Amino acid sequence: MTTLKTKVLPADGHLAATSSGARARHTPLMPSAGMRRVWLTLLGWGIALIIFFPILWMVLTGFKTEAEAIADPSLIFTPTLESYVAVQARADYFKFAMNSVVVAFGSTLLALLIAIPAAYAMAFLPTRRTKATLLWMLSTKMLPPVGVLVPIYLIFRDLGLLDTRSGLIIVYTLMNLPIVVWMLYTFFKDLPRDILEAGRMDGASTFQEVVYLLLPLTLPGIASTGLLSVILSWNEAFWSLNLTSSNAAPLTAYIASFSSPEGLFWAKLSAASTMAIAPILIFGWLTQKQMVRGLTFGAVK
Amino acid sequence: MATLQLHDIVKRFDDTEVIKGVDLEVNDREFVVFVGPSGCGKSTLLRMIAGLESATSGDILIDGVRMNEVGPAERGLAMVFQSYALYPHMTVEDNMGFSLKLAGVPKEERRRKVREAASILQLEPLLERKPKALSGGQRQRVAIGRAIVRNPSIFLFDEPLSNLDAALRVQMRIELARLHEELDATMIYVTHDQIEAMTMADKIVVLQGGVVEQVGSPMELYHHPRNRFVAGFIGSPKMNFLEVERVSAAATGVEVRLPGGDTCTVPVDGSGLDDDALTLGIRPEHLQLDPQGPLTGRIEVIERLGGVTSLYVRMQDTLVTVSADGNVDSRVGDSLRFGFERDCAHLFDGEGLALPSLARHPLAGLNRQDNRAPAAAGRL
Amino acid sequence: MSKTRASGRTVGGLRSLSLQAPAVTLLLLWMLVPLGMTVWFSLQRYNLLMPEMVGFAGLENYEFLFTDPALWRAMGNTLVLVGSVLTITVVGGVLLAVLFQQEFPGRGIARVLAISPFFVMPTVSALVWKNMMMHPSNGVLAWLAGVFGLPAVDWFSALPMTSIIIIVAWQWLPFALLILLTAMQSLDEDQVEAARMDGAGPIAVFFYITLPHLKRAISVVIMIQMIFLLTIFAEIYVTTSGGPGLATTNLAFLIYMQALLDFDVGLASAGGVVAIILANIVAIFLVRLVARNLES
Repeated sequence: MTTLKTKVLPADGHLAATSSGARARHTPLMPSAGMRRVWLTLLGWGIALIIFFPILWMVLTGFKTEAEAIADPSLIFTPTLESYVAVQARADYFKFAMNSVVVAFGSTLLALLIAIPAAYAMAFLPTRRTKATLLWMLSTKMLPPVGVLVPIYLIFRDLGLLDTRSGLIIVYTLMNLPIVVWMLYTFFKDLPRDILEAGRMDGASTFQEVVYLLLPLTLPGIASTGLLSVILSWNEAFWSLNLTSSNAAPLTAYIASFSSPEGLFWAKLSAASTMAIAPILIFGWLTQKQMVRGLTFGAVK
Repeated sequence: MATLQLHDIVKRFDDTEVIKGVDLEVNDREFVVFVGPSGCGKSTLLRMIAGLESATSGDILIDGVRMNEVGPAERGLAMVFQSYALYPHMTVEDNMGFSLKLAGVPKEERRRKVREAASILQLEPLLERKPKALSGGQRQRVAIGRAIVRNPSIFLFDEPLSNLDAALRVQMRIELARLHEELDATMIYVTHDQIEAMTMADKIVVLQGGVVEQVGSPMELYHHPRNRFVAGFIGSPKMNFLEVERVSAAATGVEVRLPGGDTCTVPVDGSGLDDDALTLGIRPEHLQLDPQGPLTGRIEVIERLGGVTSLYVRMQDTLVTVSADGNVDSRVGDSLRFGFERDCAHLFDGEGLALPSLARHPLAGLNRQDNRAPAAAGRL
Repeated sequence: MSKTRASGRTVGGLRSLSLQAPAVTLLLLWMLVPLGMTVWFSLQRYNLLMPEMVGFAGLENYEFLFTDPALWRAMGNTLVLVGSVLTITVVGGVLLAVLFQQEFPGRGIARVLAISPFFVMPTVSALVWKNMMMHPSNGVLAWLAGVFGLPAVDWFSALPMTSIIIIVAWQWLPFALLILLTAMQSLDEDQVEAARMDGAGPIAVFFYITLPHLKRAISVVIMIQMIFLLTIFAEIYVTTSGGPGLATTNLAFLIYMQALLDFDVGLASAGGVVAIILANIVAIFLVRLVARNLES
């Protein structure tokens, strides 16, 4: 039967036979496998494009003139950088961006620094309380920030941390710490104990163990943990909107300022938004697979 | 010189006692194998010797010095892990030289020592490779090489061959035996495979449930197992156990009634024996087809290996294994009579303890179960 | 048992504790200090606009809060928002995961496109939806309605909660997809083929093999999303500011309004305590969920 089909539909039959997915559908669906593939492709791409559309539209609008931006939707236009130029002309754009970078990376570094020893201890020197501690850490994440907004606001006011980068870094570090510990714990646990024990037999101190063995071996995991922390900090809007006003305001606050009537300049808004999300979007694309592994706490392999 | 003594070692995890008071003496240059079923505590015991696990109580002495509180690296030991535990991000050379690097040994000397160890194991062509690019056997060799470089007084092996295929395992077994000769070091080796224990050990330690069942040379354990567990664990195929009834018991022998109704006398010391239900242990290789033999049974399965044929024979409710000649022409369903060598039979009392044989087996006698003879005697 | 257990409990225990100390201490402080202060403030008369009116208020703030219909409205809105988004993302996520597990040309790129919204900051996605998608006259959806001869919908005044749910679901659907897709890849192909041999069609395979396999992944999705959904803020702040009226005010936004717009610290703190209690009720349920996941 296969030979017959190959003769009738040489290209398609060959394709279906070589793709691994086709193997599973051999029995009942064989006759329509080719059609099925076409439908799948259409459906898969259709849905992906619908989901992606708002982002795509935003990027495109950023290259339109303001008039084109509010005109009837059209894919045909002459791209222009005038909105980007206008956004850049607002001198403070880079200040916001800089704040975002400093705060996101600063808090991530700090969180990693605090979390690595903790995750090391939990993964390799577990005690009877380790699981409870991990769960407790996660539960602090469930405290609604709004529940503690007032005291944090007042403490920050009294310590002079309001509207400062260090203030925001502190908050983000603590905000992401549970998830960072969790993810690192997951990655560390994946590392065979034997390797660290071999290191200990070879005479490595705890510090040497971490530096020579643990860190290099779990670097991909640490990197993706860091990237998730960067993404979460970069996109965080509650604390940044409430604890900063001008000096330390990151991009979330900058973008939020477009919700005012000024926001009717859609092309500029789109250009600014594109710039605000581009780095993190690319980070995300590159690291999605790694990130998921840590995020699922090992529950999903 | 490197000796090891364990005094009443106990290990408790939470509330479970996994090692229940182990005493052991390992002599200089001895090859000692810990063997037992999984979960018997053999790996835990090894890890306590290594310092990776702390003993709950008891003393660990190396060359007479108490080591309980000494870190793993300072005990002068090296360990080869079951998974090899090679550092995946380092080359073979860096793997082997890591301990020296940590110890601050200058680069040149490090290089020299690594090359020296590599030449013993024929690893020179692989020095620049990463573990990923090595075969299982090669990784195994690197792991051993990493241990050699440290020039330890005692080598520890934790089931090192269990990840290799059958052919490689035989090869590595020979290589390890050769290495033991060549390095003249004390080695402690953990395995669940009694064949590895029998082939490599000067001294076997049989563990079960955290307790040492017996310590002795391979032949000692084979010919004079102390109890049913050791008897069943050592030897392949497994020893057969038949429920028998005591007829009479004396210091010169015990007469028992076999399942078929016949009686026979086993040459063991039966003085003071008052159990009626006893267990007769006969190894498959000590049973033979014998038209006049006292045992009868019906063949259920035949496995022909060429040189040897295994017959699985139903005797009453027990399925008995018989290692017969490769040329026997019996068929499944045949009812046959079997005989056995009285001298090779074992008799166990109601608690499963072996009654002492009247005569020591000549090869068992050669050995150093008194733990004091020089290591070389074992290699006659 | 022998190989996987922890090393040296007593020595290791101490070392373990000291290594964890910084993280644990900081999180304890981060949790307890503001929590204590919130509880304390909630019992005070404390309005930043009326600095002379301070003093112990007892349960006055709570009384005021619980008699204020806004609280109940906000709680209801929170639950509707969380429940709807969870339902949409889990059901949609499973279906999409099944779809994107199939082999088709360009699948890799299609997957990446579909998960992209997860990386977009909430403020941006809210603005894009508010202005370019859902704008009643110039938005893409209005234009689409026009193409089909339908009247344009003024999303944020006619269907405010639905609009917020759409935006939030759009952000979190990719997350569910991402996790479920990963879980899907570990599905044993032999199991599916065995089911096929037993006569199961694609639908039976989905319900008897795929769905049970995804159970744990789904619980992870629900858990993580809940943490974030309970505290949705930016999307509301940017689009509806809780309105019209209280239509889209959730607990987070209510407390925000009281604290930072009305400057009533006492009342806002009481709201915070309520939010924390609510979150803890959810947390107890969630922690049990994760604990089960941790076991294996």
